[in-house]
Amino acid sequence: MTSFWSLWVIVLTTVTIVGVTWILFANRKRGPGVGEKTTGHVYDGIEEYDNPLPSWWFTMFVLTIIFGLGYLALYPGMGNFPGLLGWTEIEQHEREVAKAEEKYREVRDRYLAMSVEEIAHDPAVRKMGMRLFSNNCSTCHGSDAKGAYGFPNLTDDDWLYGGSPEAIKATLINGRQGAMPAWGAILGDQGVTETTAYVLSLSGRDVDAEVAAAGAKHFQTYCVACHGPEGKGNQALGAPNLTNGIWLYGGTEEQIAHTLRAGRNGKMPAHENLLSEDKIHILTAYVYGLSR
Amino acid sequence: MKHEVVETNVGLMMILIVVALSFGTLVELVPLMFLKETNEPIAGLKPLPALELEGRDIYIREGCNVCHSQMIRPLRAETERYGHYSVAGEFVYDHPFLWGSKRTGPDLARVGQRYSDEWHRAHLYNPRDVVPESNMPAFPWLFEKELSGEMTGKKMTALRAVGVPYTDDDIAGAQAAVEGKKEIDALVAYLQQLGTLLQTRR
Repeated sequence: MTSFWSLWVIVLTTVTIVGVTWILFANRKRGPGVGEKTTGHVYDGIEEYDNPLPSWWFTMFVLTIIFGLGYLALYPGMGNFPGLLGWTEIEQHEREVAKAEEKYREVRDRYLAMSVEEIAHDPAVRKMGMRLFSNNCSTCHGSDAKGAYGFPNLTDDDWLYGGSPEAIKATLINGRQGAMPAWGAILGDQGVTETTAYVLSLSGRDVDAEVAAAGAKHFQTYCVACHGPEGKGNQALGAPNLTNGIWLYGGTEEQIAHTLRAGRNGKMPAHENLLSEDKIHILTAYVYGLSR
Repeated sequence: MKHEVVETNVGLMMILIVVALSFGTLVELVPLMFLKETNEPIAGLKPLPALELEGRDIYIREGCNVCHSQMIRPLRAETERYGHYSVAGEFVYDHPFLWGSKRTGPDLARVGQRYSDEWHRAHLYNPRDVVPESNMPAFPWLFEKELSGEMTGKKMTALRAVGVPYTDDDIAGAQAAVEGKKEIDALVAYLQQLGTLLQTRR
């Protein structure tokens, strides 16, 4: 604050406090005769006493002024004067954070030194992990971690990008970007229908063999690069296994056809800049333990 | 001053009431209009591009700020959940502020980039699809309505008049930048930039 505004605040605050104090005392009625005088108003023969302020009210007012002065002396309020306690909002926040840091450091360091496999079933880790999961992950993956349409189930041991501790941690830190291209323009309507039939057959569904055979050709041309010749997927690319009956975007004929036509670009946001190392470690262990 | 004097003189009483009431404003509000901390944008702050600006107006129209605040207070419980506390310099180009006064839903000051675009779309179409316990209303019409962009340039001109540094090019290109886009695209674009300039690891 510039010294002008600092002075502005100090002068106006002082004027207000002095002003209200003066009004309070200047209008104080005491001495003999108080309580008998009237204001002089007469309404239909009814007169109005000119009584002093009730003493509890007067005392409260005085206490408020004293409190205000004490507050302004101790805390920042008078322009640039920082107050005798030197208190600031930010400093208080930093103190709280440092205190928590101190309190949790030991726990954090203990678990950071242990491997994900070791701590995955530690009851304390599961409890902390659940809290962290609720705050940071459940919005997409659900509070039961079973996912939703378009958001993977984390409890079924079927992994898009791998379920090893390293893979889970990499997913948390860097995020993931799904990249299933849209094939509608290349395959055409008939191609989409045929490929859909073939994809359905991969997980053992009943389809027209002839249509599926035509689809197999498209599959071998366009889909094998990511999903592999047998449709078992590729965790290095995040290409899902198409043979196990688990569908991120639905497994009906219509839904699969839509996925083929329009593509899918699911995204897991990176948490490298959001969560500290120890929290990512505990979350990794929690997620790892969900399906084991 | 005797209260008889004030009580029997309505004009004087009115003047004194205004004087008494104005002290709070003069001390607590007026200096803030001239302070460096409240007038200087933080590093990297830019006026909202056309699409995000339209998204902000949709945010206001749908009343998002009635249930969601955009103000993280410097308390550990809040910074632990939402990230770095809000600072005045982040809101220099906000007219009006959308700090809000009540949290029925979570604070959104740093929601940018925390969830994917797809999540926001699914969630706004029907919050229960992704968060079964949510009581937020669904906003399916955002997926149908298109932006015309007719007013976008004028909005920018108005904001420039109150100090938001839009350039002539921004204003000239505003309509083309949003025309034909769906409202949902604008709203998601707005949400995805919220609070991304100040990041801390929690």
